[in-house]
Amino acid sequence: MPTISMTVNGKPVSAEAEGRTLLVQFLRETLGLTGTHVGCDTSQCGACVVHVDGQSVKACTMFAGEAEGSDVTTIEGLAPGEGELHPIQEAFRDNHGLQCGFCTPGMVMTAADLLKRNASPTEAEIREYLEGNLCRCTGYQNIVKAIQDAAGRMAAE
Amino acid sequence: MYEFELVKPASLAEAIEALKAEEAQPLGGGQTLIPTLKQRLAQPGSLVSLAGIPELVGVEVKGDVVNIKGATPHARVAELTASAFPALAAMADNIGDPAVRHRGTIGGSLANNDPAACYPAAALACGATLVLTGPDGAREIVADDYFQGMFATDLGEGEIVTEVRFPIPEASNYQKFVQPASRFAMVGVFVAKYADGVRVAVTGASEEGVFRWTEAETALTADFSPAALESLSVPAEGMMGDIHASPEYRAHLVGVMTRRAVAAA
Repeated sequence: MPTISMTVNGKPVSAEAEGRTLLVQFLRETLGLTGTHVGCDTSQCGACVVHVDGQSVKACTMFAGEAEGSDVTTIEGLAPGEGELHPIQEAFRDNHGLQCGFCTPGMVMTAADLLKRNASPTEAEIREYLEGNLCRCTGYQNIVKAIQDAAGRMAAE
Repeated sequence: MYEFELVKPASLAEAIEALKAEEAQPLGGGQTLIPTLKQRLAQPGSLVSLAGIPELVGVEVKGDVVNIKGATPHARVAELTASAFPALAAMADNIGDPAVRHRGTIGGSLANNDPAACYPAAALACGATLVLTGPDGAREIVADDYFQGMFATDLGEGEIVTEVRFPIPEASNYQKFVQPASRFAMVGVFVAKYADGVRVAVTGASEEGVFRWTEAETALTADFSPAALESLSVPAEGMMGDIHASPEYRAHLVGVMTRRAVAAA
């Protein structure tokens, strides 16, 4: 079995994996990082969104081997430190941006990608950027509100 | 997924060599192929990953032509063609969703030739030239000869799309009526106006895949305005029909989207 090496949440990792191992399986099953969720497994829902070399990707639609040598950030690596939340996570909590929470890791990672590119997006731009992330609880209203709030908090920092 | 070997060549030459292996298949961004593999609808012996090959990624503007390397993701195309060819950039920026655009590639889209994909419409409307590279070296082919019906192209055994050259139109626009679940085109129309005439390519509509609407081209070459299209329509016969849209509806959309594209160009 080939050995796959990459940097995950700032730490170098290395593990044996088959060529057909999906990045999301590698993260969850090999590394035990279960914050990245598998919702649909058909590239529709976005619960598995992580950042690979600074870009949001669906970890269920990329092979771990393709991420060889890459810098991967998962929901576990977003907060600045132990016991702290990232401003986007805080905003989701404060704005009731989640109900069951299953889609939340993907929502937060997509939002982080958006705010890196566009520090003060309009409501329409937020909704457009969330096109690949499905939530079946909230109706998106509070997710959009949370991301707007997070943009304000991050601008103030 | 069936078992296969993932091969990661460092160069185009290595990729072409790896593709000579039995049952080897190229892997672009994988945004269509990986879901296909999960459904066990494909069983490659090995997948040759093209995404990490630096010489296959990038955009170059040379005079009035935009050259896009085959493994360039949609998001990069959107970014790098924004000033030279805004209609193409807008089209690339509206494929799928952001995460899909970060992985999916122009070469992968054109190699797959999905009947509802966006890139085939752009390539055909612009009369783009595709560079295909395989075991016998590189060859050029114009889009009109490259597309050969739904999911069918002129790509031969072991060949990949290494570059696509778009002549930049004087005016152009792409209008997509989005199928909201898949984000593919229910109907998409790319209109491109050149000094020697107007070209109109339609995706998402025909059972034969992407096609040129030649009657509209003639009318628009004489008068580049939505009014020039008023008496024209495409027949419903030969259009795709499914739970989302009937052949009649798709035929109607072809006219609507073409008029919108001309108005916006």
